[in-house]
Amino acid sequence: MTKTVTDVICPFCGTLCDDLEVVVSADNKELLEVYNACAIGAEKFLHSQAKDRITRPRMRQEDGSWKEISYDEAIEYTAKILTDARKPLMYGWSSTNCEAQAVGSEIGELVGAVMDNTATVCHGTSLIAVQDIGIPSCTLGEVKNRADRILFWGCNPAHAHPRHMSRYSIFPRGFFTGKGHKGRKVIVIDPRPTDTASVADVHLQIEQGRDYELLNAFRVAFKDEQLPDVVAGIPKEKIYEAAELLKSGRFVIIFFGMGVTQSLGKNHNIDEAIAVTRDLNEYTKAAIMPMRGHYNVTGSGQVWGWLFGFPYAVDLSRGFARYNPGETTSNDLLRRDEVDAVFVLGSDPGAHFPFSSVKKIYNLPSVAIDPHETPTTEVCKVHVPVAFVGVEVGGCAYRMDNVPIETRKVVEPPEGMMTDEEFLRHVLARVKEIQGV
Amino acid sequence: MAEYLIKNGFVFDPVLGIKGDKADVAIKNGKIVETTALGSPKVIDAAGKTVMAGGVDIHAHVAGPKVNIGRNFRPEDKLFGYKARSGIERMQGGFSVPTTIRTGYNYARMGYTTVMEAAMPPLYARHTHEEMRDTPILDQGAYPVFGNNWFVLEYLKNHEIENAAAYIAWLLRATKGYAVKVVNPGGTEAWGWGLNCENIHDPVPYFDITPAQIVKGLIEANEHLGLPHSMHVHANNLGNPGNYTTTLDTFKLSEGIKPNSKFGRDQVMHHTHVQFHSYGGDSWVNVESKAKEIMDYVNSHENITIDMGQVTLDETTTMTADGPFEHHLTELNHLKWANADVELETGSGVVPYVYSPNIKVCAIQWAIGLELALFAKDPMRIFITTDHPNAGPFIRYPRVIKWLMSTEAREQQFDAFKHKDKVIDATNLAGIDRELNLYEIAQMTRAGPAKALGLAHMYGGLAPGLEADVAVYDFNPNEPYAPDEIETAFLNAEHLFKTGVQVVRDHNIASNGNKRTLWVNAKVDENPQVMRDVREKFLRYYTVTLNNYEVTGHYLPNPYVIEVDATE
Repeated sequence: MTKTVTDVICPFCGTLCDDLEVVVSADNKELLEVYNACAIGAEKFLHSQAKDRITRPRMRQEDGSWKEISYDEAIEYTAKILTDARKPLMYGWSSTNCEAQAVGSEIGELVGAVMDNTATVCHGTSLIAVQDIGIPSCTLGEVKNRADRILFWGCNPAHAHPRHMSRYSIFPRGFFTGKGHKGRKVIVIDPRPTDTASVADVHLQIEQGRDYELLNAFRVAFKDEQLPDVVAGIPKEKIYEAAELLKSGRFVIIFFGMGVTQSLGKNHNIDEAIAVTRDLNEYTKAAIMPMRGHYNVTGSGQVWGWLFGFPYAVDLSRGFARYNPGETTSNDLLRRDEVDAVFVLGSDPGAHFPFSSVKKIYNLPSVAIDPHETPTTEVCKVHVPVAFVGVEVGGCAYRMDNVPIETRKVVEPPEGMMTDEEFLRHVLARVKEIQGV
Repeated sequence: MAEYLIKNGFVFDPVLGIKGDKADVAIKNGKIVETTALGSPKVIDAAGKTVMAGGVDIHAHVAGPKVNIGRNFRPEDKLFGYKARSGIERMQGGFSVPTTIRTGYNYARMGYTTVMEAAMPPLYARHTHEEMRDTPILDQGAYPVFGNNWFVLEYLKNHEIENAAAYIAWLLRATKGYAVKVVNPGGTEAWGWGLNCENIHDPVPYFDITPAQIVKGLIEANEHLGLPHSMHVHANNLGNPGNYTTTLDTFKLSEGIKPNSKFGRDQVMHHTHVQFHSYGGDSWVNVESKAKEIMDYVNSHENITIDMGQVTLDETTTMTADGPFEHHLTELNHLKWANADVELETGSGVVPYVYSPNIKVCAIQWAIGLELALFAKDPMRIFITTDHPNAGPFIRYPRVIKWLMSTEAREQQFDAFKHKDKVIDATNLAGIDRELNLYEIAQMTRAGPAKALGLAHMYGGLAPGLEADVAVYDFNPNEPYAPDEIETAFLNAEHLFKTGVQVVRDHNIASNGNKRTLWVNAKVDENPQVMRDVREKFLRYYTVTLNNYEVTGHYLPNPYVIEVDATE
């Protein structure tokens, strides 16, 4: 006999779909099938069932081989490198629940760590822009129920957020959008002819790295002022047309991704994109939203927001929180040799940081807490496998529009495995013991 | 639990009617008891000091999504003021939007023990509860917003009070909420299209209902349920010259309605931050105080309570579910603007603001707030707030108390204004010589708000049986004092007890307390229509499923449930 669990939340991307159905064995030990998820989401669930999964912590030996160790030893190692270090980096936090993030933050406070999340190489620039100019935004349901102009800038949800278009942005029929995609106009701005661009009404194939210019040109076009003949590779007629298309909408939404946040201009691009949104509110209703990647990167920014007041790059090493991106961001710290231990949880810097940073991790006392084997676990001294959040343990996660949803446990983790939160609670207790507080 | 005897203090307690007489307060098992009930208590010598119940804040924005937007998008709010971790205190940052840890500690330092979060978007209830969980010491509850909710708009359009009430009961349970909050009724839904409702008869686009129908209907639904608190409203047209007529029109919607609640409140409408709603004139050039007109109405209508929303002349962060207002504000001051519209339910905006004593309008706002309190005939019905952080941060309450208690302090402030004469011309304050006494302050910060919240059986006084929330201030009311000494004393409680636990000792945080989250569980008759509507809206229009909506237990590690039986 099997049973079906409904309303399951997908712990993959910031779309945070919550309508999955998962078939599990009667004893809750085996996950058999996944429905409604995209290919990536389904794989995330099914991967938890891999027969060759690592279920016990391991420590790297002199000869490069792994030796299995107990959770107690892993807790001891982690507590020790954090308390020994003068300025440890505690990085990641995007693929775990808010409960673990909160415990991790307390550890960070005690050991004087730098807390940073994956925004540091992703939407951190957006967060800086928001600090400059604010952000008029909304929930994804507002998009579904009201939006008739959808603009994707430097993002490709067809591949990165596969169900975004059908659940929220292009296709759904909402309260005031009964015609679904027929009632919407879709603009894609991307140098690449992506699969998202192929479903757009208008694709402006912008010259790479010229986003700021084109955004600025939109602001000029809204006011019917003069433009040069070509901006960012786009003829001015097309810009005026697209600007008019946006102004004529009842509700405009701009989604943007790493094509603008991490290309030339960085946070200044986002400043300008938000200014475009502000301008549009003079004519109609408009909102803008970052396409957040990891399913709970948003949540880590929220937890640190209420505990420390900053969404990422939080330096606690002086006993109080400091925030100065460029100084307190992970790659800058690593490459300047400013941190002396590295703790990674819920992220894979080994795959996504520059090689020069990854080498620094390799040379430092380091621990990776992750259910998977990843390039990060390959360069760390200790790997602590844990239960999959959203599959084997529940907990709170924040969608890209900051809506908090409680993820569900659908199957039991392999016997004897700890969750992120349990492991961190043990580390916290041990840190307190070592420090005598 | 430890027993305490607070001896020989000058006690101010509206519940017992003690007006500064020397008296002893006894604490046992978390409650106030008769002094004879104590065995061998720890004795706190309060001779020459002021003793009051723990403060109760009826309206502050201290937890939830828009508060956190304010924190995250204002790194400058943390400059210079960060406090390092020390002893049992975790690190604390932020001035106008402090971190949750600082929120808890700073309220405690002012002698406050209960703080209500004034606006919780239902879809973000989990977030609000996570923040309240991480706010130490304080008892808290949160008001979900109803005034732009599609269910409410549809039910009240046809005056379906029972259905609206059944929905309210369902939503309070789903979000673990405390009361019915209404913000710019209809206007925030209109803001979904970039529009607004500017007066109580301005219809809501598509839904074809007026703000007047929403407010009146929600009062009736609230009384149908008999909830502890009344409907709690932030009316239309906030912050605009000439808006006092909208405010009076909103007040009048409560006429003829009597409270139906076993929780001992007398009002059916609480109107919040009335300072922002008491403006005359028709532009910023001729804006003037209409506090007299507003208070004439409030004074003669016993079924209304209000709070001040006092401007404190600081740089602060405004945040409200009144989305169109925040857009209006950013157009005015050109500072950064965050907006967060919430599907089917509400919206919100956040904009920093500098209330400068050099700007005439800010000074007029300052005067209007104080006038409201000083014109009050019944201090049990008007409460001290700054609509934290909108008119100023809550940490300025002691300064507000100083201004209310001292004409000298007010004159000093008048003299510091750049446009003193114009401000005097546009307001009544310079002609008011009333100075509130500590008994009246205790009414406005303790007994009054506790009663209006329907929590007089727990908070706001020192009668035996009440929660042992007791503050001791290093302030001798019988000695001559300079105005600033009032502020200093109320900013630094010498001792504070929260449900019998000493959380402040000798001006220092001594414990993280035993924080509770209050919510109201209203039982109603089964209502198949409402449940069908709920299922349908979740299926078709929400982006989360119904089964993922309700806030479950572990977000409230220490809940305090107030049961209401509204079944027939």
